[in-house]
Amino acid sequence: MSEDTAAVAAQQQRAPVAKDSGSGLSGLLGSPAGRNTGLVVALVLLCVGGVVTAGDRFADVDNLLTILRLAAVIGVVSVGMTFVITGGGIDLSVGAIVALASVWATTLATQGIANDTHWIVIVFTALLVGGACGLVNGVLIAYGRVVAFIATLASLAAARGLAEIISNRKTQIVNVPGFAAFFDASVLGVPVLVVIFAVVAAVGWVLLNRTTFGRRTFAVGGNPEAARLAGIDVRRHTVWLYTLLGLCCGLAAVMLIARTTTGSATHGGLYELDAIAAVVIGGTLLTGGRGTIAGTVFGVLIFTTLSNVFTLNNLSISAQAVAKGAIIVVAVLLQQRLARRSGA
Amino acid sequence: MTAPAAALLSVSGLVKRFPGVLALQGVDFDVRAGEVHCLLGQNGAGKSTLIKVLSGAHRPDEGEIRWRGEVVSFGNPTAAMRSGVAAIYQELDLVAGLSVADNVFLGHELSTAGFSRRAEARRRTRALLDRLGHPDISPDRDVGRLSVAHQQVVSMARALSLDGQLLIMDEPSAVLDPDEVRVLFGVIRELTAQGVAVVYISHRLAEIREIGDRVTVLKDGRTVATGLPAREVKTSELIALMTGRVLDNVFPDRKPVDPAAPEVLVVRGLADGDRFRGVDLTVRAGEVVGLAGLVGSGRSEILETIYGARKAAEGTVAVDGRPLRRGSVGAAVRAGMGLCPEERKSQGLLLDQAVYRNITVSSLSSFARFGFLDDRAERARSARLTESLDVRPAGVERVVRGLSGGNQQKVVLARWLLRECRVLLLDEPTRGVDVGARSEIYELVRALADSGVAVVVVSSDVEEVLGLADRVLVVREGRVVHDGPADEIDESRVLDLVMEGHAA
Repeated sequence: MSEDTAAVAAQQQRAPVAKDSGSGLSGLLGSPAGRNTGLVVALVLLCVGGVVTAGDRFADVDNLLTILRLAAVIGVVSVGMTFVITGGGIDLSVGAIVALASVWATTLATQGIANDTHWIVIVFTALLVGGACGLVNGVLIAYGRVVAFIATLASLAAARGLAEIISNRKTQIVNVPGFAAFFDASVLGVPVLVVIFAVVAAVGWVLLNRTTFGRRTFAVGGNPEAARLAGIDVRRHTVWLYTLLGLCCGLAAVMLIARTTTGSATHGGLYELDAIAAVVIGGTLLTGGRGTIAGTVFGVLIFTTLSNVFTLNNLSISAQAVAKGAIIVVAVLLQQRLARRSGA
Repeated sequence: MTAPAAALLSVSGLVKRFPGVLALQGVDFDVRAGEVHCLLGQNGAGKSTLIKVLSGAHRPDEGEIRWRGEVVSFGNPTAAMRSGVAAIYQELDLVAGLSVADNVFLGHELSTAGFSRRAEARRRTRALLDRLGHPDISPDRDVGRLSVAHQQVVSMARALSLDGQLLIMDEPSAVLDPDEVRVLFGVIRELTAQGVAVVYISHRLAEIREIGDRVTVLKDGRTVATGLPAREVKTSELIALMTGRVLDNVFPDRKPVDPAAPEVLVVRGLADGDRFRGVDLTVRAGEVVGLAGLVGSGRSEILETIYGARKAAEGTVAVDGRPLRRGSVGAAVRAGMGLCPEERKSQGLLLDQAVYRNITVSSLSSFARFGFLDDRAERARSARLTESLDVRPAGVERVVRGLSGGNQQKVVLARWLLRECRVLLLDEPTRGVDVGARSEIYELVRALADSGVAVVVVSSDVEEVLGLADRVLVVREGRVVHDGPADEIDESRVLDLVMEGHAA
């Protein structure tokens, strides 16, 4: 935490004097601390809304754990997405990769091997499938020079199609005792899924902010040509970014299998939108070069809490979608404002 | 050019504040019809702000702008243009993909009841281009396919399309080669003869002598001298006014290169299969080699190919006797090469990131243990470097975007100083850099050479190549046509070689 504040202080110092009006709300929101404060405020307001409208049904430990369990899966994907977007890319295929990995890891064959050896086979299969999909995306984009939007759009179609073929459009029920037992457990009252999300977020934060890999990600996303001329192997780095996201999708697939006890070609529907939305409202720039893991985590929590509050109040999924859309628009408008202020 | 007594534009006591900064703090000058009025000043002196105020992009906080004798306040650039004041920025505001005529009338399209009058626009565009002495540009061409020089002419036509009386040009020559500069000057003379006034901004004193009538010098947002005769005023006086100190010799003294010094960079038979071929180049430790040539002669491409940023079709590049893998920047950097690219902002810097991150980006692994970075060490090393290079304002946490051109260039140089590179490739090292910082950069390059670094400099500024280099190579149409010591050749001979065989 002290490191956090130090970084924040550094950021504030870093702001060019001429442009830092520092006045009022928008000045506050301009600093990273302020941006996170904004997210915290939004989250608190949502919780207050939840308590007021749903009372004890919302402010219940079990309900809060449910929120976190739901947030965990999309959260892992969003952390990976933060890297790709910070590195100047985009990935529309994450939901499809999750589906494919979940199906591949739960086929009768895989489950058979898992039952004969160890349930960890399921985990490895999902990670392998996810990582391989990410690798393909990365190679297409970095070496094939296919625009990321198009390359991952193609992967989206192909991966989900492949998932349907493998599963024959049937939901595959998991029947590996050790697997379920492990992921259903809790550590000091915190579900394993939530622990996994927390670990992924923490590792992601360290990787992005404290390592050469993270620094190169900022460089590649900020100005790929300058990064290349500074001696960074931009293409190789890009491949790593998409592979990392693919691995996150594989892990998310494992978590989803555990939560639903099934693998299905319909898993991960619209995850791409949820993940991108969470990353963007968290304060990561879609143009690359600036990214925050903490922001992404808040983004995920905001969306998940919103869904929960709406559900508790018997509001439809459609109403949730409208509210989500509104939040994205407001967040992006705010972000553009801030970008103009610091860029003019 | 004896101008009429009444000034077309006069400015007095202009003050512009930005939060925390006084960008302009008392600017006075006047521009007469038919003159070329030069604005001089270091980066950060307030030239850009002044242009923006004059062209209506910013509103002044204090002071008065009189346009044809009347106090005016332009609310926005379009209002200024309608009154006859137009600015042409360095980054031309043209839309590639649209035709020349469409660009000229962009924002004030000719139309009747909503239908555009294309024939009329084309006709008027042709008239404007004729007036600018460029009937060779077709109004129907795609602007994106024109040369930069021709794009500039289109920009000027656009400025004149609303009966422009005053053109403000921000470093128009920075992106042009000598040939094109001559054409530009022809156009400017054409315009001034018709009574149009031009405010001309440039860092190149020689140009100001050639094209200017009067000079106004800005320093720290203030006018320090105005109305100086452009042709008579002494260079040393101008530099003293701009910098507030006396500078006699811009270029540092050369030390003779030890003929027995090891050959650090050896290039043999380099060709990219397109822009250049058969390039041989040898640079010894402690030697500065200059590459002179027109824009498009292949000089930047040669540099980028040596560096591995472009893939060579033929030939070899070796550092300290070891040949490098073709087309690999990583290999070149690991072998001890560094490049300060031509387009500092788009190729050299991470503009929205901190100074220290820009400096350490090429040396990250030396600050890392098992991939974990030692931030504090990065900052400390960067701080020492920026201090020794006198990067101002100080502070390695600052965002690079806020620094002036000269200080940004120092940041790029610091990146390679940190790596203690063996070969330094500089492409237009002083473009957009003011006179004071320029001489600091020259001194730095010389000091690096003296410490045993092999340096290659590419520049459109012949004076710079001759002043800085020990040896000069002249490139024309992708071939090296001359290779000899810098003190055995003069500027006119280089220009001769550069342009020989070129249609003027």
